[in-house]
Amino acid sequence: MSRTHVSTVINGEQTDFLCEPQQTLLDVLRDELNLTGSKEGCGSGDCGACSVILDGRLVCSCLMLAVEAEGHSIQTIEGLATGSKLHPVQQKFLEHAALQCGFCTPGLLVAAKALLDRNLNPTETEIRYWIAGNLCRCTGYDKVVRAIQDAAAEMRAEKRA
Amino acid sequence: MATLTYQAPATVQDAVRILAGAAGLAKPLSGGTDLLVQLRSGRLKPELIVDTKKIPGMIGIREVDGGFVIGAATPGAVIGEHAALEKAWPGVVEAANLIGSTQVQGRASLAGNLCNASPAADSVPALIAAKATVVIVGPKGRREAPVESICTGPGRTSLARDEIITEFHLPKRPPRSGDAYLRFIPRTEMDIAVVGAGVNVTLDANGVCREARVALGAVAPTALLVPEAAAALIGHKLDQATLDALDAAARKACKPIDDKRGTIDYRIKVAGVLARRAAAIAFERAGAHR
Repeated sequence: MSRTHVSTVINGEQTDFLCEPQQTLLDVLRDELNLTGSKEGCGSGDCGACSVILDGRLVCSCLMLAVEAEGHSIQTIEGLATGSKLHPVQQKFLEHAALQCGFCTPGLLVAAKALLDRNLNPTETEIRYWIAGNLCRCTGYDKVVRAIQDAAAEMRAEKRA
Repeated sequence: MATLTYQAPATVQDAVRILAGAAGLAKPLSGGTDLLVQLRSGRLKPELIVDTKKIPGMIGIREVDGGFVIGAATPGAVIGEHAALEKAWPGVVEAANLIGSTQVQGRASLAGNLCNASPAADSVPALIAAKATVVIVGPKGRREAPVESICTGPGRTSLARDEIITEFHLPKRPPRSGDAYLRFIPRTEMDIAVVGAGVNVTLDANGVCREARVALGAVAPTALLVPEAAAALIGHKLDQATLDALDAAARKACKPIDDKRGTIDYRIKVAGVLARRAAAIAFERAGAHR
């Protein structure tokens, strides 16, 4: 089967890969590029565990063909931290214990980052609607919401400083 | 699995030619939020996918002669962020934004929602109520068709295999116009409509309805334009008798199925209730334009 050459930017680095047309972006991230932080929960766009940011927009990487990524910029969970310094949403998830099994966590972190990139002062309602496409079977979401609110507060304070 | 070919042509003419030349099943791809699920489940086994998103104009919104042209593959999130479109057609925008999650909104398009041909598609009743049309391009050129002429049954459309939708057109609004879309689901997010109702009205200076279109979703094999429900509004203010007549006309148009989301009786009852509530919002929005 002929493989297609795809040229992208992933987490700020020029990344080229070969893939088959039916492979999803999630398949390629995990199986070809070894970026296994994005998880496959449902494979049908319902659970959000595979969330990535494509040209600034939150998407499910399981609902995109990898070939569609040609010419686009992708941020994955692996790109959230800066070196050993965690992104505020990552730090606050730890502090608030906003995870148990952790399977949904990369997707929730990427979703939370995408929200705070566009709105540093979301209401609780806005947060809950924004993450409605991220299923978590452990936390009951409350700690997740508190962690995102706290991360937003910290990022607002950083911006003022 | 049969070999799948992916093509992303740069012109609509190339897209049509590639679709026309396919031997087996060929599917146009816009946002892919339905198509990829069907690929994966094996429900669809296309030999060819033609990605329409590299074609100029397929993504984006522009104002033309007081109306709007929405590229067929424009994601819901982009539609929701367009302030002028939201002001003119709040019902269409709220319907498009009800589809799926934030993640799905990052990709899902009007063309995909329409051509997937689910009876429960949220944007479709709102677009029908808005008198939206689509531009269709095929080997014989370009034609325009009303949205209500596209779906012919669950999963089936009136498009030829080598035709693609390139644009949605929303007409210019007369003064004192308003539209609204409501869907009923048993939770607040991430579900498929049990019933959907779109209402679009234009009022005169006295608040009397002069033009109306009412459309219902998930109560028949396709979304329904219900002229009898519109007739119940035209010539009237939104008083109790008018609401009762609208409710009755909406219920009478329903031909729903029993399924896990709702029974026939339940869907019919809810269709009447949603039509009333959507009409109340549409009238209020039309009044706000005075």
